[in-house]
Amino acid sequence: MDAQDRRVRLKTRLFAIIVVLSSALGNFFLTFGLKRRESILSFSPADYILAFLDPWVMLGVALLILWLLSRMALLSWADLSYVLPVTALGYVVSAIMGRIFLREQVSIERWAGTLLIVLGIALVARTRPRTTETA
Amino acid sequence: MTNWILVGLVVGATVLGDLLQTFEMRQLGEIRDFRPSGIGRVLASLARRKYLLLAIFFMAVSFFAFMKLVTVADLSFAVPATAGSFVLETILARFVLKERIDGRRWAGACLVACGVALLAH
Repeated sequence: MDAQDRRVRLKTRLFAIIVVLSSALGNFFLTFGLKRRESILSFSPADYILAFLDPWVMLGVALLILWLLSRMALLSWADLSYVLPVTALGYVVSAIMGRIFLREQVSIERWAGTLLIVLGIALVARTRPRTTETA
Repeated sequence: MTNWILVGLVVGATVLGDLLQTFEMRQLGEIRDFRPSGIGRVLASLARRKYLLLAIFFMAVSFFAFMKLVTVADLSFAVPATAGSFVLETILARFVLKERIDGRRWAGACLVACGVALLAH
């Protein structure tokens, strides 16, 4: 592995962590904010606009904008087929946050799902992040 | 029936959004300058890319369709039903984006898709 490969791998891991955390925290705050509202969202845009005025929903949306930008940066040098499974760690972080902060029950199926995701990530993370030439 | 229409909308919009986003970011090239001025230049350049704007539109469609899906269906249905997009996107990354996907990456994508499906139980 040359210096260029090491630099890309290090940068990829750093951005993957930012993508995972901003996604998990963004979805957590978004869900928390939406669940405080009792009405079910209809197809009307007005419902969504009103929902976005909730401060927790705003925080969730701000984190999801960070997620979008960091994921776009990651895709400027890494393959989509690498980014998708590696950033799926966000599902695991979300499940752990649900268990700790929302006191959700974690079934045996969920732990099995978590194990499969971690195994999948371990496999993909061992491949080169980029297999095509960028501009 | 509405649930499956929403699932189709989420998966279709996610796949199109990700493919277009990857295509445009690859055209832009590796981002190396993360100083505020560098980020500003990248954002200005991104705002002029038509397919990237279309990608963001598809991602917004996917986001709102998923929000609607979880209000009319159980999360334990919504998440595994939409997790299939992992495998579909890996196939399209191979044939449309010409990524070289070896056995480990295929196996990893399938394990993650199965894991996400189980996680919703």
